[in-house]
Parts: sequence; structure tokens; C-alpha cells
Amino acid sequence: MLTPLLAMVRKDLRLFFTDRRAVVMSFAAPIVIASFFGAIFSGVPGMAERARMAVHIVDRDGGPISRAIVAAVRDDKHLAVTVSHPDDAWAAVRRGAAVAAVIIPPGFGDAAGRAFFGGPNKPELKVLHDPTRPAELAMVRGILTEHVMRAVSRELLPGRFTFPYDVREEAVTASATMAYSSYAHAFAGMGVQFLLFAAVDLGIGMLVERQRGLWKRLRSAPLSRAMLLGGKAASGALITLTTLLVSFAFAILLLRVRINGSVLGFLAVSVACALMATTFGLLLAAVGGTPAATRGVATFIVLITVMLGGAWMPTFFFPAWLQRLTVVVPVRWAVDGLDAMTWRGLGFSAAIAPTLMLLGFAALFGALALLRFPWDEA
Amino acid sequence: MLHSPMLEARSLAKAFGRVVAVDGVSLTLAPGQLLGLLGPNGAGKTTTVSLLAGILPPDRGEVLVDGHRMAGDADPTKRRIGLVPQEVALYEELTARDNLRFFGGVYGFRGAVLERALVSVLELVGLADRARDRVATYSGGMKRRLNLAAGLLHDPDILLLDEPTVGVDPQSRHAIFENLEALKRRGKAILYTTHYMEEAERLSDRIVVMDHGQVIADDTLAGLHRDHPGARDLEAVFLALTGRTLRD
Repeated sequence: MLTPLLAMVRKDLRLFFTDRRAVVMSFAAPIVIASFFGAIFSGVPGMAERARMAVHIVDRDGGPISRAIVAAVRDDKHLAVTVSHPDDAWAAVRRGAAVAAVIIPPGFGDAAGRAFFGGPNKPELKVLHDPTRPAELAMVRGILTEHVMRAVSRELLPGRFTFPYDVREEAVTASATMAYSSYAHAFAGMGVQFLLFAAVDLGIGMLVERQRGLWKRLRSAPLSRAMLLGGKAASGALITLTTLLVSFAFAILLLRVRINGSVLGFLAVSVACALMATTFGLLLAAVGGTPAATRGVATFIVLITVMLGGAWMPTFFFPAWLQRLTVVVPVRWAVDGLDAMTWRGLGFSAAIAPTLMLLGFAALFGALALLRFPWDEA
Repeated sequence: MLHSPMLEARSLAKAFGRVVAVDGVSLTLAPGQLLGLLGPNGAGKTTTVSLLAGILPPDRGEVLVDGHRMAGDADPTKRRIGLVPQEVALYEELTARDNLRFFGGVYGFRGAVLERALVSVLELVGLADRARDRVATYSGGMKRRLNLAAGLLHDPDILLLDEPTVGVDPQSRHAIFENLEALKRRGKAILYTTHYMEEAERLSDRIVVMDHGQVIADDTLAGLHRDHPGARDLEAVFLALTGRTLRD
């Protein structure tokens, strides 16, 4: 009973490791891409520094308050400021060279001084902005507010006004002494993405086997359907799980990623994720047409699901309705589960829901594959 | 002297949607007998082989292996059948040994038993010296011989061969014929589909001609000639039975 299963698993592993392209795609590609994303978002000294936001500023007032604002904004480490003319500022925003342009109108300083003490007719700061970069606009707005308040108060109440608070930022990670590693999230996201690509290869491989008449040979042996799909599922799960674990092993050994939560929980999420991906591959083999057409559709599905699942960017960037919708995307559970067990440092209980959800998806995909698989070999 | 049937098809029928592929096919195959199954394209030969191999369930009728009705995917009687599909059903990325180890494993073979079976079939088809080479490096004839070996590995009593010599050079074809004659002498029951009339003339103890999903003749070569006295050879008999209309 076990010998046919082992034979199928051994054969699939041998086929996988003889295909250099599959090996490179499965092991090297996620490591390279996740390392790149991790380095961009933090981690490597020098690479962690974010690009300054390009802002144009036009001083049409020329008074002491507006000059102080311009000076403070130019000194801000988050901004790359160009003092500009209105037409140039507008053109820079229009062509995407600047996030925003701040135009200080004539008489701004005097009007701001009166308004500071509750006078009527508040002056307006005009901010021209790139509509595709709302997050950066919000940051510019906040930085500008601070500098305007400081400049106005310093001019009107010298030595008598200070900013009433300081901000101390603290990242919430596994522990107070543990810095956040963006590599952990990047390896979770890319690991799951390439695990799904490995599952696509499994499904395509089955379609190719069918084309070559190999399934005729397998079906002529006294093996049950469950055994045939089970053998494929076992080898697929081993291959996909290995790709994920190798990626994380690299990150742990060389990039200081740590499983700060439950190791058992990490393994549970990983195994459930591998089973989900493998049954997805079986489903592709069950409903797919030609290998080439199936690869195109499957790649599209994988890319959409990893995007919606937060593998590329955290899901909090999505609108609220989309965030609610992504709970039906298995990748979301996989990435959240791996995040919880790595940099968030949560216990095993935080792995239970992702694991069960992923196993649920695996059961659904597996059942559909068993039902829809074209068993007849004419 | 021929024995009682090792393989028997009783009124097999199979349709794919509205297309009737096999319509009431009955035939028998005895140990040590080679049955040539002939027919034009679309006659239903491959579907018949699939039904006999148990990889396609019939709409009607039944298949008996040594008197036992074959039923279900995991029916142990399927062990007694070896299928050599029309396609070269091998993993080209693997060596011949690894292919055979896999197919042997699927039938539950392992260890020394598997090794003996593997050596035996590789020697039979003359590929022992190339056993560690990847199949992708083989010629078309070598692949066909290995295809045959994979179907023989578990030592089946019945061998179903679906056009096993397509695209094969004369040397490999001759080698396959010798293999089949040796297997026949060992008492294997062999069913062989082909479009090559001279192959059927040389190898077959009995010839079954199919057309439009039905058996239209089932006799020895001599019997077929007796029924078609004007026909010079088997091809002439075949054309007399199936007509000269092109089948695409």
C-alpha cells in the first residue's frame, strides 16, 4: 500500500530536482526578491534611509514668518525642497517631479498672526498635489503644519511659546529589545507567492503527464483515485513546503529573521500553507486545458491572490471593503499567520485560525479536484 | 493447443456524448495467443484497448480477466494486465532505470524483486547498456522498446499494445517483433493494434477487424482469406471489409 505512494513521491522529487529551472525558480527567486523587498523597507544600513519627498515652495509673501517657514521646511530631513516660482511649481507637480507645491500667498504672515489670536479671515496656504500620492500628501501636510505653527508662534510670542509635546516613536514587535525586521514580512509574502508558483508547476506537470499518456499507464495499475491524487499531493506538499522552509532558513541564517513566536505554530502554518498550495495545483490539473493555457490563467490567479493577500504590500493600504473581502483569499491567512509567528512574536494560539483556514481551503480545493478530475483515459 | 480465455470482452459499449466509439464489442484472448486488432482511424481500437485495460469504464458490457469480472480502479485483477499505450508514456527527464523503478513501485515492487524485474525487461528489450541514460537521449526506436519494457515490468499475463511500432526504424521494429514472439512463447496473451498489415500478418494468431465501433471480422489469417478468395493479402481483405473511403 505504501510502496506505490512512496514510488510516486520519489519520482516527483527526482523530476523536480532534475529540472534546474524549477529548482532555481522555487529556491533562488523568492530569496532574491524577498531580500530586495526586505532591504528596501528596512534592514541594511544605508538602504533603510527613505527617499526624501520632493516639494516645491513658493514664497509670495516675503515677510519674516514666511521666510522662517521656508527655512524650516528646507531643513526638514524628510523633504527635498525647491524654492520655486508658481508656474515652475505647478509644472513640477504635473509631471510627477514633486509630490506637492506649497504656495505662501502675499500677506500670509500678517494674516496668520491675526488669526493666531482668533481674528477673522484666516489666510490660506495653497497646496498643489499629485493625486496619485495621497499618503505622501498627508505627510507633507503634517510636516507643514508643524513648521507653520513654530514660525508663527516664534514671531508673535518669542520665547513664550513652545510646542506642547514631543513624540516618541516605538515599534511594537515581539519584544521591546527586538527591532522590526521587514525581511520577515517580505519572506512570508514572497515565500507564499513562490510556493503557489511551485504548485502551479505541479498542476501543469500533471497536464503534461496526461498529454504524454503517462496517466494511462498509471490508471491501468490497480491504484485508487485517492492514492493517485494522494501521491501527487504528498510530493507537491513536500516540494512546496521545502521551498518555503529553505527561504526562511536563508532569512534566519543570513538576514537575522527570527521566529519570535511559536515554532510549532510557524510549522503548522507552513504545512497548512503547503497543503493549500498543493491542492490548488491539483485543482488546476483537474480543470485545466492545455498546459500553456493553464499556465497563463494560473499565473494570473496567483498574482491576483498574492496581491490581495498582502504579500506585496500590507493589506491596510487597501480600502476597508477590500480588506474585509481579502479574508476569502488564502494567501492573506498564510501571510498573516507567518507574520504572527515571526516578527510579531505571538504564541501558538495566534497560529490556530490561519492554520485551520488554510486547511479548510486545502480540503475545498482537494475535494473539487477529486470531483472534477477527468479520470477517463480514452 | 489454446486454453480458455485469459481475457474476455462481452458486449462492450462506450459513447462520448453523441459519438458512439465502441458498440457491442465482444472478443476473447487465450494464453499464448496474439490477437491483431485492426481498423481504420476512428474505428474504436484505442477505446477498446482502454476499456480492456480498465482505464475507461464501459457504458455497457464487461471485461473478464481469467474469468473474474474487472471492477473498479483498484481491482487487483488489473495487475494481470500490462498496457503499452500508443504514446511513448515515459518520463524523458529520467533515466530508463528510474522510469522502470517508478513503474515497478506503482505495482508494489521494491528491493531485490524490483531489481530483478528491471534487469530482466531491460535485457529483453536490449537496453541494459543504456539503462542509466536519460530517456530524452534515446532514439525513437529505443523509446518504443522501453515503452514496451515498462508495460512488461510487473510480469502481466495479458499485454495490451496500442500501435507499439509507430515511427520506429526497421531494426527496432524487428526487435519488438522478436520480443513479442518470445512473450507469446512464454504464454502471454497479447492484443496488438496496428495499421501495418504486414505486422498483423506476421505476428497474429487471430485477427479482429473493427469499423464504426463494431467487430466486423474475427478469424485467423487463413480464415479471412477463405472468406475473401479474391484478396491477395491482408490489406486487400481489410479494404474489402472496411471500404476505400478516406477516414480522417
